Amino acid sequence: MILAGLILIPFLGGLLCWQGERFGEAPRWIALATMVAVLITALALWAGADFQLADPGAAAWLWELRLPWIPRFGIEFHLALDGLSLVLIALTGFLGILAVLCSWKEVQEGIGFFHLNLLFVLGGVVGVFLAVDLFLFFVFWEMMLVPMYFLIALWGHSEPGGKTSTYAAVKFFIYTQAGGLLMLAAILALVFAHQANTGELTFSYEALLATTLSNELALVLMLGFFIAFAVKLPVVPLHGWLPDAHAQAPTAGSVDLAGILLKTGAYGLLRFALPLFPEASAQFAPVAMGLGVLGIFYGAVLACGQTNIKRLIAYTSISHMGFVLIGIYSGSTLALQGALVLMVAHGLSAAGLFVLGGQLYERLHTRDMSQMGGLWGRLGSLPGFSLGFVAAALGMPGTANFVGEFMVLLGTFPTAPWIVVLASGGLILSAIYALTLMQKVYFGPAQKSAPLPGLDPREYSMLLGTFALVLLFGLFPQPLLDTTSTVMSGVQGLFEAPVAEAPQGGGTSEMTIDRGGL
Amino acid sequence: MTESLLPLTFLLPLAGTLLLAFSAGRLGERSVVWVGTGSIALAALVTASLGAAFILGEQSPQTVNLYTWIAVGDFTPGVSLTLDALSLTMLSVITGVGFLIHWFAGWYMRGEEGMTRFYTYMNLFVFSMVLLVLADNLLLLFLGWEGVGLCSYLLIGYYYHNDSNGGAAMKAFIVTRIGDVFLAVGLFLLFAQFGTLNIAELLTRANEAWSVGEPLAQLTALLILGGALGKSAQLPLHTWLADAMAGPTPVSALIHAATMVTAGVYLIARLHGIFELAPAVLYLVGVIGALTLLMAGFAALAQTDIKRVLAYSTMSQIGYMFLALGVGAYSAGIFHLVTHAFFKALLFLAAGAVIVCCHHEQDIRRLGGLRRRLPLAYLSFVVGGAALAALPLVTAGFYSKDEILWQALAAEQQGLLVAGLLGSLLTGLYTLRLIVGIFHGKPNSEAAKKAKAGRGLQHTVPLVVLAVLSTLLGAWLRPDLSAIFPAAPGADAHSGHTAVQLIASATAIAGILVGAWLFLTQGPKLARLVAGGVGGFFWRWWHRAFGFDGLYDRVLVRPFLTVVCGLRRDWLDAFCGLAGQLALALHAGLSRSQNGQLRHYAAATVVGATLILAVLVMLGYE
Amino acid sequence: MNGIPMEHGLMVAAALFAIGLAGLMFRRNLMFVLMSLEIMLNAAGLAFIVGSTAWAEPDGQVMYLMVITLAAAEASVALALVLQIYRRFKSLDVDVVSQLRG
Repeated sequence: MILAGLILIPFLGGLLCWQGERFGEAPRWIALATMVAVLITALALWAGADFQLADPGAAAWLWELRLPWIPRFGIEFHLALDGLSLVLIALTGFLGILAVLCSWKEVQEGIGFFHLNLLFVLGGVVGVFLAVDLFLFFVFWEMMLVPMYFLIALWGHSEPGGKTSTYAAVKFFIYTQAGGLLMLAAILALVFAHQANTGELTFSYEALLATTLSNELALVLMLGFFIAFAVKLPVVPLHGWLPDAHAQAPTAGSVDLAGILLKTGAYGLLRFALPLFPEASAQFAPVAMGLGVLGIFYGAVLACGQTNIKRLIAYTSISHMGFVLIGIYSGSTLALQGALVLMVAHGLSAAGLFVLGGQLYERLHTRDMSQMGGLWGRLGSLPGFSLGFVAAALGMPGTANFVGEFMVLLGTFPTAPWIVVLASGGLILSAIYALTLMQKVYFGPAQKSAPLPGLDPREYSMLLGTFALVLLFGLFPQPLLDTTSTVMSGVQGLFEAPVAEAPQGGGTSEMTIDRGGL
Repeated sequence: MTESLLPLTFLLPLAGTLLLAFSAGRLGERSVVWVGTGSIALAALVTASLGAAFILGEQSPQTVNLYTWIAVGDFTPGVSLTLDALSLTMLSVITGVGFLIHWFAGWYMRGEEGMTRFYTYMNLFVFSMVLLVLADNLLLLFLGWEGVGLCSYLLIGYYYHNDSNGGAAMKAFIVTRIGDVFLAVGLFLLFAQFGTLNIAELLTRANEAWSVGEPLAQLTALLILGGALGKSAQLPLHTWLADAMAGPTPVSALIHAATMVTAGVYLIARLHGIFELAPAVLYLVGVIGALTLLMAGFAALAQTDIKRVLAYSTMSQIGYMFLALGVGAYSAGIFHLVTHAFFKALLFLAAGAVIVCCHHEQDIRRLGGLRRRLPLAYLSFVVGGAALAALPLVTAGFYSKDEILWQALAAEQQGLLVAGLLGSLLTGLYTLRLIVGIFHGKPNSEAAKKAKAGRGLQHTVPLVVLAVLSTLLGAWLRPDLSAIFPAAPGADAHSGHTAVQLIASATAIAGILVGAWLFLTQGPKLARLVAGGVGGFFWRWWHRAFGFDGLYDRVLVRPFLTVVCGLRRDWLDAFCGLAGQLALALHAGLSRSQNGQLRHYAAATVVGATLILAVLVMLGYE
Repeated sequence: MNGIPMEHGLMVAAALFAIGLAGLMFRRNLMFVLMSLEIMLNAAGLAFIVGSTAWAEPDGQVMYLMVITLAAAEASVALALVLQIYRRFKSLDVDVVSQLRG
């Protein structure tokens, strides 16, 4: 029941916020309390779970909730939680709090409806992380979109003479919706294939895991899932919505987008695309890793050329997600674990950077970096925090980003050394864009000398808390790794089996050659 | 005792960093200096007691395991520290020289904006550097490695209002980062081969698994060398160091002379087992060292900024260390690292004293005649310069440099030996040029005429201590590293050592004498020589340090910027947007057909109905 | 009753339909457009009658009744619209009333 609670809390909280608008500032407090409740629930689950006992390899859930929903079509209300979902739900809770806090001053109109949308997005995300019925998963997947659309369209910023927030919102919606459609088709095809095999019509994840598919069909269906998740991640040719959505969204929207919504893409790959189609994924892995490298470079090079601070951060997200994609398709536990750490790390550090961007905007009323410069001495301790988050973005050891990136690259090296060599080159570019950000915003000649307001306690605690977590997971990543080790070795086992058993497949044999090459 | 004391060497600077960072400007200038210097002083004391215990004890390496950083399968790097003779040597240099420089910086930075920031970064630097040398695995070493890079970046860009300082800082970080990527790939390769990043285990396993000259060993050594080249500013990744002089002078003394730039030397010495298996790469190390020391020597001759002269001389001296490593004389390389830390820190601090006393005038041509006004700085420069030029018998620099040259001969690398001797001639020349330019002749600017000597313990004691260490006394501090490194090529042989000593002394003295004659008596002639013609060409060429900056700018920086500008509009996104554009075009076409004229609609209906009928008839539906 | 062959009847219906269609397309006055529509309806009705007579089936007659009803309803609605259009545009030209263009 506690799982249903995790989903229900944000939705109920959202409705309360909507109605609470008549009591002035009440929605903010309700939303804050709601997200704190989600975080505490997740942490309580975390504290109460033993992740070591679960049998490696088997899809063993720590908690499960199974209710009939539409029995006629084999659809159930089936929620389940394991280490992977738990970590991501805890991250959702934390970033949810951050999102509520960072819009405390920024959002002044329609706060009730704003928080309704915010909490519905978060509720949808929690649902995505929990659902193990494919139909239910799809329902939550689509449920995240609509409130996010409103967040961007209604509370977004329109650039004067440029793109409007509606444009960004529509672009975001169409991209994700198109991907979602492909996934729906793939889900239905998978379900019918399963029915044709066994005569049982079911959307249950566990049942579908056992489906045997012909090679071609598996590849096509896997691509359907992959594209849906690739849009969310985003993988490079499908990334177009992200910079626009980030540049136009309110800070809370950016925090949620970068911190959590992108992670649903990676989560989908780990939970569905790989386990459902292990052979096809193994065949596809070189392509996916190639796309990851492309993303790393493309995102980084574009980030170097941006003048809008939020667009810059958006492109760095694309670059970082390239590492995640490589890690997911590497087929090594080390890299998979690294991808998870990187997901959490990027969630925190990108959220921190977006919050900083929002705070700069509140003080300077611009996002154009060419109008900033020399701000170091004028903003109190804000530049110091920026430095910390920028260091995290460029993968400075000691931050969680470094642990993630290093583990991804280290784990992938035995299978795909050239991919890793290329991806490491991306580390140079990450230094360039990160330092360009520092240089343009904080260093150089000051445009004015009057001091600007420093950080108030709310802003200070937000940044300190986020940065403390970045450092914590950089220096003590073990709690995170222990939580997800069973899940990740399960995924790795699925990936390994076809590689070991069927070396005659085109892509797989190539990989074994690579491995033999070292 | 080691168990509890060793972590303090990095925890104390870390505590200083955190205290200063969270004080957020609430501490006054004096307290900032106290905290910043005090933390390093305590760390130095801890190091001293550790060193005493180590030398009086068994002298066996001790490892302190604090906690396991990451544990996934075989990958279990810990935060664990190893104290052996090599890391103790490095640790002493870092905390000892570091303490003196911190102390001096209190005088140098007096009244500057952002003292808290300065000491925060400096303490963070010492923290990272200590971790770098104490790390028992390469991942932790990499943490320190990147950390010192970050601090170097921050301190070069300390005077942030000036755009060019920021540029220099970025350049330093990015160029070293290129090297770091090589190092990182080297780590991946090592882990893929041996399943561990623990240094001691790696060296044992590499020795068992690889034979001498194995291609993989060569490749690994080459990658690690890449990292070392970036950090230690050796060819071809050396361009950042001269620009790095934009930072405050104590920073140049600590980071860009005594400690961080020598990290590459430490890395190669630490991983010497792998380089021993790759003789070709080891030879390459020596060649790069020789080339760099010559290149930097010539470049130092043609600089006008005090600090840039010293920067190129640093490159040149690190070139000597690389040369030593290249001939397998690791111990000699580390010895030179130690003496160089003393005399180069002294020279930089003395240069800092001159710069402050002359109101931040750094141009040699605008100084001059300062020997009476700034006697302590003059003395420091003379002692430091003598050590740099390896004045025989009385200076520390002589003993370490002589050792390197002798080992080069013993290893039968005559080419490297000749390069080293030529380098020592150049060293004498540019050292004399620097000292004569600053302290002799007539003052050439108002600032130089009105220079006032610095006073106070903060100013005097560090200079005096470092000056003492730069003399013969410093050479007595030679660490005994025989337990760590394989025997140097010249360990057994003695024939020819005296001859090398004589030749080296002769070249050093010749360099100094020629320099004295040239710059003291032939000044006007020299000025005419470099003004035009062939002399002018060489002057400009050397002044630009053989034009590497321009080359990289043309080959790397500008193409990259072109790509960035070209891609700024995100063409891939635009390409995906074609689907939307297509829909819009269709929309435009179809909406034109909706002209609101009834007759057209009727006609279209008729045509459509007829077409459908025709199709049906043709398909045979009757 | 074998007076007129079915083909003749159908030809008359087709001719009527063509006349109506031509009127619909080429007249500008709304009244004439409406009348052309009526002619086309009647052409269809005639075709039904001819068919039902030829095959001696009552369905065609029934359809014709339907057509008449439809035509009457259509005429009343259309005339009301025409009146409104005239009041608004002071004209019965169909080309003037083209506000639904894209």
